[in-house]
Amino acid sequence: MIASSRDPNREALAVAIALLASLAIGSALMLVAGKAPGHVWWLMVQRTLFTDAYSLGQVFYKATALVLTGLSVSIALDAGLFNIGGEGMVIAGVVACAVTGAALPQGTPSIIAIPLCIVVSAVAGAAIGALIGVMRVWRGAHEVITSIMLNAIVAGVALWIGNELLFQNGTTTGPPIAPGAELPQLGFGGSSANLSVVLALAAVVALWWLRSRTTWGQALLAVGRDPAAARATGISVGRVQIYAMIAAGALAGLAATNFVMGHKHAFEEGLGRGVGFLGISAALLGRMNPFGIVAASLLLGFLSSGGLAVAQEVPKELTEMLQGVVVLAVASAGPIARRYGKASS
Amino acid sequence: MISVELDKSYPNCRVLTGAKLEVAPGTVHALVGENGAGKSTLVKIVAGILPADRGTLTIGGANIPLASWDRRLARRAHVSIVQQHGAFAGSLSVVENAVLGAEPTKHGVLDLKPTATALAALGDKLGLAIDPWARVDRLSLGAAQRAEIVTALHVGAKLLILDEPTAVLAPVEVEGLLKMMKGLAQAGTTIVFVTHKLDEVRAAAHAVTVLRAGKTVATFERSEDTAAIARAMVGGELPGQSSIAEPGGDAKIALALRGVSVAAEGALASIDMEVRAGELVGVAGVDGNGQRELALAIAGLVAHTGTISLAGRDLSGRTPRERLAAGLAHVPEDRQHGGLVLDASIADNLTLGRADITGRFRIDRGAVAKFADARIAELDIRPASRDAIARSLSGGNQQKIVIGRELSRPNLAAVIAAQPTRGVDLGAVARIHGQLRAAAKGGAGVLVISADLDELLALCHRVVVMLRGKIVGERAGAALREQGARAALGEWMTGTRGAA
Amino acid sequence: MIAALFTTAFLAQIVRIAVPYVFAALGGSLTERSGVIDLALEAKLLFGAFAAAAFSHASGSAAVGLIGGMAAGALTAAAQLGCALWLEADQVIVGVALNLLALGGTRFLLQVIYHEGANSPPAPAFGDAIASNPLVLGAVVAAILVPLAVKHTRWGLRLRAAGDRPDALVAVGVSPRRTRMYAALVGGALAGAGGAQLSLAVGGFSADMSSGRGYIALAMIILSGWRPAIAALACVGVAIAEALNILIQITHATIAGHRIPSELAPLLPYALTIIVLAIYNGRSRQPPASLGKL
Repeated sequence: MIASSRDPNREALAVAIALLASLAIGSALMLVAGKAPGHVWWLMVQRTLFTDAYSLGQVFYKATALVLTGLSVSIALDAGLFNIGGEGMVIAGVVACAVTGAALPQGTPSIIAIPLCIVVSAVAGAAIGALIGVMRVWRGAHEVITSIMLNAIVAGVALWIGNELLFQNGTTTGPPIAPGAELPQLGFGGSSANLSVVLALAAVVALWWLRSRTTWGQALLAVGRDPAAARATGISVGRVQIYAMIAAGALAGLAATNFVMGHKHAFEEGLGRGVGFLGISAALLGRMNPFGIVAASLLLGFLSSGGLAVAQEVPKELTEMLQGVVVLAVASAGPIARRYGKASS
Repeated sequence: MISVELDKSYPNCRVLTGAKLEVAPGTVHALVGENGAGKSTLVKIVAGILPADRGTLTIGGANIPLASWDRRLARRAHVSIVQQHGAFAGSLSVVENAVLGAEPTKHGVLDLKPTATALAALGDKLGLAIDPWARVDRLSLGAAQRAEIVTALHVGAKLLILDEPTAVLAPVEVEGLLKMMKGLAQAGTTIVFVTHKLDEVRAAAHAVTVLRAGKTVATFERSEDTAAIARAMVGGELPGQSSIAEPGGDAKIALALRGVSVAAEGALASIDMEVRAGELVGVAGVDGNGQRELALAIAGLVAHTGTISLAGRDLSGRTPRERLAAGLAHVPEDRQHGGLVLDASIADNLTLGRADITGRFRIDRGAVAKFADARIAELDIRPASRDAIARSLSGGNQQKIVIGRELSRPNLAAVIAAQPTRGVDLGAVARIHGQLRAAAKGGAGVLVISADLDELLALCHRVVVMLRGKIVGERAGAALREQGARAALGEWMTGTRGAA
Repeated sequence: MIAALFTTAFLAQIVRIAVPYVFAALGGSLTERSGVIDLALEAKLLFGAFAAAAFSHASGSAAVGLIGGMAAGALTAAAQLGCALWLEADQVIVGVALNLLALGGTRFLLQVIYHEGANSPPAPAFGDAIASNPLVLGAVVAAILVPLAVKHTRWGLRLRAAGDRPDALVAVGVSPRRTRMYAALVGGALAGAGGAQLSLAVGGFSADMSSGRGYIALAMIILSGWRPAIAALACVGVAIAEALNILIQITHATIAGHRIPSELAPLLPYALTIIVLAIYNGRSRQPPASLGKL
């Protein structure tokens, strides 16, 4: 569906158009809210990046999860599939991670607890991805519809598990995970940024390497861009697509490490909500390139954190809205850049 | 009187050069030629579907400005075309398709009954029974075509163009269609029908125009002398020599097909064929007679019955990957959808599926670079940069990439190349032929499918002809080089000569 | 509990719940039949609900609110088509993006206009009683008229042609783009009316009010094979399931002594959709041949 041309100039042009359009629309929204855009943007930058470490730390915290869900969307797109099941995958990972962490004996050493919880998060997400992939390849069910259905189902099941088994004393928080499974904070003035950043960066490097330096990556990209050519050179298109969805699910599931192991240390209702959808923005803005996704995640994290930082000037919902604007802008900018590119070549 | 003279080119490809067509009113006029001769392009321009580069079009004495000619204007000028892949919307009924754009309504609601009755009546009168209320996608191809013809006449077509109309019809339906054409012409409609089947031409046409390589090479006032027409279609020059020796009588059999059939309307009907190691065998025939299915069946991309063996090993039921690993190379018919990943680089395309170059998992970039540079040099691929994106290359260079990837496979036992030089410039054609010859010399059995008889005559030791999914004729060795060979092959291709 | 099933109150509940689904499904099927992928139903419902509440609050009349809601739905559709047909953005992404926009956007407007975080101030409503709610009658009328119009009017024929074979329209001098625009505008207005029902039934807008109904409506469209009448019926089925769930929760009904979880019961339509898609191989009924193509 998305033709990602490898021409870096066109990619840069698309991102530039999208950012400019988003800037313009964001400024218009600020005017609607009755504030001067220049002033608000400046405050946002100042308060988030330069004033104290907390806001900056929050940017990293949010960006970490976005990198993972962005990579999730991106790897599915590489295989020609549109994965909007990130919401369900993340929540599945969160539940699995929190339950496992809480079930571990209190004294479990980190060297066992941490890898175990990481693996469990990935497997839970991968299971969702596998279901979507299999439905698509074996039954021809469009992955957008099954993703949306599964998002709702997973959310509902998670809530039920919470109500039945986990939530304590009328709260919406579950039992704490074993201390061995906690990921240390990064500091940053008490923000939630934690060591799962390392995991996210490792995923970025791993995905970059797999994509551009291995035959797996070569096959993946061939399947997404020309399934007929892939098939003719002996690649099994269906198998590659299912593997891609499993990988996508695992990546999104890993976001649980950021939320559960690194921040809340327990299952909480609504934990991780929204990150799955936002990953779509990160993937598109990052032009499906692992390093681009890191940049895009930082930008989106900045918007999210910055929105809170200027919450007294403009409603924080403005930045939430801006996230949708960004996706629309990027989706429209791609074809524009391609058309402009064709005309000038 | 309709009079046309047209030029049309695509980038890298001149489709029509001064092609002329003159049709007398109230006649059935056949337009014949091989694949790629330009027949479809010519009639599509007349029908307003494609734009011409330059030329003239005169209908009934009035000169038509080609620059603004489109389907709507053509319809207004009572020009209609019925193509092989119908133009009707499948989920709509025949009558709904017929009224589109000028829908009659009564009190705001569609009033289709009068049109439906008129269509049915017209159909009966013409001997083309149709059910106007039927959904188009539930009709057989023949019935859908009939519906389109009746609709075109209902809307008042005075010039009716039929593009390969009998391709989708059963023999009995063909008879009915030919009769109808003659009847219509008698009643005043002018019919132009595009075909390569000369027995139909003889049965129905009053006059014939022959196109070859985008030019009009002959016109015939009457249609009986089909041998002369066939000669005009394929040309009468002596074929060139193939420059490599025939394989000896003891050469092993590289590729063998026994009873291979592919379903789907009798696309391939029980093919028996052998290619020996070192032999170049050509499959001639007009497109659409089963050649595509033959290539796909050998490559394992389509299900087939019967057995296919490669150097003695039975490949039936094996996946494409296994066949490639066993020593088969496949140059697909459509390089843009099935041969190349257009958005990938030359190097990526050259090494797609070539684990012997890239390695099993981690890509050995040094080996890839060396291999890519070698192929680029060997085939003179331009631009000579292995990171160039395939989409930006010309058709000929794109094809060279596919050839480079396929013919360089190790332990090559057999090659199946489908239309390897279609849309390719002459320089690239020579290189590609050189590669195919080299593959044969190296001991592989090479099967080349081509709609270009010249190519096969220059390249192959032996040529077989396919028509309607079967092999209907063959010429080999000395018999292939003699004077009447080309004409004989042409007659097999057009169905004028009975199966050998 | 069984006795409660046969009361008029229960039937009224079903009708009330069905209205937004039916409007959304009818509207979405028009857009999709004309060849444009419509994932933005959620956005149309949300914007419709918000606009209806806002206009009703500002004018003091629920009827004005309804008009506002339909206009908002149509405007959303216009934006959707602009991005999809003129800017040629991927239609799936446009739909998802608009939904994201609507979620944030309605919250934003809540803040900016009413300085509220979650709820708009009370506005004149049509209320619970179905007899006094014109939207109920509207839904029934629409469920009858829309399938009839698609099948038996000039506009409907061109709409179907645009979704099946736009070239056929070009050949007779009709613009497929314009046909799709009209279809989407009407479809958007219908979906907006569905949104209006959400807020005008209770007299105000709450954040995230649509709760995924737009997605369910799309699933019903696909499951029904893009046939508006059947999609509307399927929506009634969904409404029955929802009403049943509410009843079960209220009466604390049990099955063989086990409490039926309130979190899981609403998932039934979603699970059923997946099961049906799995059984029917996704290919039983083809989408319009030119769906998603320009």
